[in-house]
Amino acid sequence: MPAEIAPPMTAPLLDVRDLCVSFPSRGRMIPIVEHVSFTLGERDILGLVGESGSGKSVTAMALMGLIDSPGVQITGSALFRGQELVGMPQKQLRRLRGREIAMIFQDPMTAFTPVYTIGWQIDEQIRAHERLSRKQARARTVELLAEMGVPDPARTADRYPHQLSGGLRQRAMIAMALSCNPSLLIADEPTTALDVTVQAQILDLIRSLRSTYGSSVLLITHDMGVVAETCDTTLVLYSGRVAETGPTEVLFAHPGHPYTAALLASIPPLDGPRPHRLPAIAGAPPAPLERPAGCAFAPRCTYVHDTCLPAPPPPLVPTGYDPLAAPQDDATAQVSAAAPSTQPVQFAACVLPAEGTPLPPRLTYSELSAGDEADATGFPPSSFAAGEPH
Amino acid sequence: MTTSATFSATSAPSSASARPLLEVRDVRKTYHLPRGQTLKAVDGISLSVMPGEVLGLVGESGCGKSTLGRCLLRLTDVSSGQILFEGQDITHLSERALRPVRQRMQMVFQDSYASLNPRRRIGDLLAEPLKVHPGPDGRKRSRATIAARLHELMDLVSLPAAALDRYAHEFSGGQRQRINIARALALSPRLVVADEPVSALDVSVQAQIVNLFADLQARLGLTYVFVAHDLAVVRQISTRVAVMYLGAVVELGETDAVLHRPAHPYSAALTAAVPRPVVGAIRAAPLGGDIPSPVARPAGCRFHTRCPFVQGRCRAEEPALRRIGPSHSVACHFPLAEG
Repeated sequence: MPAEIAPPMTAPLLDVRDLCVSFPSRGRMIPIVEHVSFTLGERDILGLVGESGSGKSVTAMALMGLIDSPGVQITGSALFRGQELVGMPQKQLRRLRGREIAMIFQDPMTAFTPVYTIGWQIDEQIRAHERLSRKQARARTVELLAEMGVPDPARTADRYPHQLSGGLRQRAMIAMALSCNPSLLIADEPTTALDVTVQAQILDLIRSLRSTYGSSVLLITHDMGVVAETCDTTLVLYSGRVAETGPTEVLFAHPGHPYTAALLASIPPLDGPRPHRLPAIAGAPPAPLERPAGCAFAPRCTYVHDTCLPAPPPPLVPTGYDPLAAPQDDATAQVSAAAPSTQPVQFAACVLPAEGTPLPPRLTYSELSAGDEADATGFPPSSFAAGEPH
Repeated sequence: MTTSATFSATSAPSSASARPLLEVRDVRKTYHLPRGQTLKAVDGISLSVMPGEVLGLVGESGCGKSTLGRCLLRLTDVSSGQILFEGQDITHLSERALRPVRQRMQMVFQDSYASLNPRRRIGDLLAEPLKVHPGPDGRKRSRATIAARLHELMDLVSLPAAALDRYAHEFSGGQRQRINIARALALSPRLVVADEPVSALDVSVQAQIVNLFADLQARLGLTYVFVAHDLAVVRQISTRVAVMYLGAVVELGETDAVLHRPAHPYSAALTAAVPRPVVGAIRAAPLGGDIPSPVARPAGCRFHTRCPFVQGRCRAEEPALRRIGPSHSVACHFPLAEG
């Protein structure tokens, strides 16, 4: 299945192939992440999106070499600028982490130690990787904090984490992550703990990093709104497997996997008409050991039929969406400009495209306003049932 | 209101439908902190909730929406002001006098796991309120009545009856929230205050629970106060919305009027800041700065430090919540919209 994803023209910054992570429990291995493959180009923002338990954080932790659970099995390959991250010795990893690959976490309160000032902690990170005096390091810290939009950066540097608001702490954390100019920033739910007006500020900041710092960002989130607003490419994970991947504008306009379509449909809209009922997805994602042999989404899928059920799970195949064939609006026109060949850009782990019955495009808000409420969701009516209790 | 016989036991006479079910008059909740500081978590709020309506309380963390929600049910005592439920002043009722009232007002919390005792079976947890409170005839409920009610409740929230014999950890987050809802409904309340009931759930499960809240409301004629930070969820369920900022209601009105034609600059900024799951949606420049600490609330208009339209008067004079339309009020000297 990875071979089907066309190789890009230049070597990507990060090339993950067939990454699998399993944890031992009661004498058996539990597959948490199965065969995840993706590439991240220079200055790209890739969104890794999924619900809790979909394996998005475990994927990031595996890339960073931060999983040290006894007996854990990590297979596959993750090439960062040609260096293999999977199985890299800790000593070598330590030189990479912080300097080349940095990470920001959801909870900036627990990611900082409470007993040192913010400035001390950022200084330390800089001095761990670069030969700078304390004074030079602090000057750099203050400069970084200022660039992150922290008001009065010199005074803020002398404050302890608990003295800062959530938004300021997250800015300080991003400053620390960027202190050594990493080429890859992994952001694990960076705005989930923040209020919505502050989230908007931090997302703007993250988007600006590629021009000011030349960083690529791997953004992990459960919020489809955050992905739509921030990411160039989107990878949808479901129950430890890749459900769908493609350019964000294509994926949101033409979801190729029924899970992506259903997930988007189940978000209550803030604009346009208010649906009488939300098209909820019945049930809940399966636990790793209860994953079906075939498609993991099959038990909850409205399109489920015989070919979905037998093992192995359907491979990632091109969805058949051709940006050149259907340039309808500005968003898709941009895609066709970016990919002038008819090379497929969107892939879904679903049997529907191969069977010649791809999903219909998702309706936009303006189209929603035009139609009546019953049709307003762009999803088959059978999914309107309250759903099995879960 | 299509209320079945089982659930009509506590419903009030129809004349009450013209009067608010819940009235809040200038309620304040002040916490006294060390060094003489005071935190005004709820700073003079007045509003009323009509029977059968859903009032959404929205705002960012620290705006006092949860504190207000708890004050409504007397889970937190107010510092001053009045709370009237079914016309009765419950602000200073003793715990004992409050007990019969409590049957008709219930709460659903955010953390579905922490709300359920992990060492007791679901059936026991749900039976507890039915054992504590007397039945509609004023007598203790019989074992058979309770058992029948438990099955009704499971049916109401679409869980199998077998769930009654299991423990909280055996359920997923969405199922646990169904159990919490079932427990809140055990005594057929008229008012349910739900504090962030879906924010800990995954999107795909969240939609199920939002639908369940809507179904139950229609089926049982319930009244909700729905506290949440997620504007989209609040919009889906609410008849009216109250936008809170630093302990006060800054705008109150019909849901879509507040969200689509906001009169307060804060409501406008809040709505604009929500990332839409649509590519190409253009978002306005975000609001600058952070929410000020509720301990050091700005003088004048509480929003003036972040308001893009701030003027001299805003720094000096606090705007009162005033009516700009038949059911639309705003606390702003220079509202963005009228009515």
